[in-house]
Amino acid sequence: MASSNFRSLEATNRRETAVLVVAFMLLFGALGLGLDFAARDIAIIDGQLIGFPVLTIAALVFAGIESIVSYYSGASLVLLSVHARPLTPDTPKHQMVLDVISEMATAARMPAPKPYLIDDQSPNAFATGRDPAHSVICVTQGLVDQMDREELQGVIGHEMSHVADYDIRTMMMIAVMVGGIAMLSDFVYRWMFFGGFGARGRSNSGRDNQAAVLITVAVIVLAALAPIFSQLLAMAVSRQREYLADASSVEFTRNPRALLRALEHIAKIESPLKQGTAGTAHLFIVNPREGIREDSEGFLANLFSTHPPLGRRIARLQALLGAAGAGTLDAQADADTSASS
Amino acid sequence: MVFLIIVVAIVAWVVFAYNRLVSLRNQVDNSWRQIDVQLKRRHDLIPNLIEAVKGYMQFERDTLTQVVEARAKAVSAPDQASRMAAESQITTGLGKLMAVMENYPQLKADGNVLKLQEELTTTENQIAFARQAYNDVVLDLNTRIQIFPTNLIASNFGFKAAEYFKGAPEEQAVPKVDLSMTTPRA
Repeated sequence: MASSNFRSLEATNRRETAVLVVAFMLLFGALGLGLDFAARDIAIIDGQLIGFPVLTIAALVFAGIESIVSYYSGASLVLLSVHARPLTPDTPKHQMVLDVISEMATAARMPAPKPYLIDDQSPNAFATGRDPAHSVICVTQGLVDQMDREELQGVIGHEMSHVADYDIRTMMMIAVMVGGIAMLSDFVYRWMFFGGFGARGRSNSGRDNQAAVLITVAVIVLAALAPIFSQLLAMAVSRQREYLADASSVEFTRNPRALLRALEHIAKIESPLKQGTAGTAHLFIVNPREGIREDSEGFLANLFSTHPPLGRRIARLQALLGAAGAGTLDAQADADTSASS
Repeated sequence: MVFLIIVVAIVAWVVFAYNRLVSLRNQVDNSWRQIDVQLKRRHDLIPNLIEAVKGYMQFERDTLTQVVEARAKAVSAPDQASRMAAESQITTGLGKLMAVMENYPQLKADGNVLKLQEELTTTENQIAFARQAYNDVVLDLNTRIQIFPTNLIASNFGFKAAEYFKGAPEEQAVPKVDLSMTTPRA
């Protein structure tokens, strides 16, 4: 029952990743094409396309290479950007984290992810990688110091569920793509204002000039909006997965108290993560950035948050803990049937 | 033509359903081995732990011998049933041992004991989680063997329902425990 759940989630994630990559390529292609028109190395004259769309090709090649690179080494890029290092059993507490990761891998029937550590006092964790066999789980020193074994199980269980249902692949591709889009948008601005802007002298009629101006404006608007939309996408995609991962964590630990206690503890702590950048925020178990962890709700607050309000996640876990047998969530039913078997 | 398509579809379904059953049966075997690995690891840990704590715990001779004897029984068990009975005695005995260790503050100062204790804690958890995973796959397999129409294939090719791993009754009442004596709350 549980494993077929994960299988269908895995299929959804495979599909979503493919859609994301295609959308990413299309966006790059569109921007490249716009730039080509703006730079006037191609033009449509009498319904005929003349010139060679060199920038379109360059943008597509760049997007293709970035997709491939992010698929195969996205995890290393993410780990690099948050300054993570491999976690070694150099202290008893680190040994315990390694043990808990291995325990939760057993519970999830998955290979154990490679453990990493961020030297930061803010308690947080994330998982990434392209599939369970190439996955990593990264924890902060703050998490290690402040959590006891039970709470660690809850947090690591949450991360294991992202690993098991291939959330990690989708989220990793999004992380790298958000970065790529920000870079492209930056490039377009530099190009527009310091370079190619109508520099090539090809005499055109007034109507063509008008079209070129329109296209240029479109490119600028697209370049300005793309980073915002890619951020919104990252947030929307990640938000809905967090409740699910919370529920699966309970399914692995068979203990709603574990994650509940961990989240309640984290909710009390204000310090944001120093390395938490906009591009990787959606990977973490709780939003690592300052000022957006408060329990504000409503449409706008939801739209601009990578995570559901912590208060609401805690409330759901409390419901799991309190209403045994009430079956408010699927995981509750799952946990009950399996526990009694 | 239509007839041919139906035959092909049925054959394809039989192949698919059969392969799925084989895959589940292998998962059950593999999950069982995972439990076995952890039980063996526990057997290896017990002598070290006893050696490390017996100097401190002169008055707990009974608890110590109970664990040692249960381990000896499990290692030399002639069949699966008696071995599992001995294993659950080990679990009970170790739980008791861990509880009385709380009464010996000197143990908390011994790095070697703490290290063994962490190892034992994680092994106990691994056993519990491996058992949980095993029972999950058994549930998957048994459901598939029983539901129609896969049950036709299962009975024709001799797939048998697997048995759930049941612990001793007293063991089931006890939730997963945190055996570590450290209270690291900052």
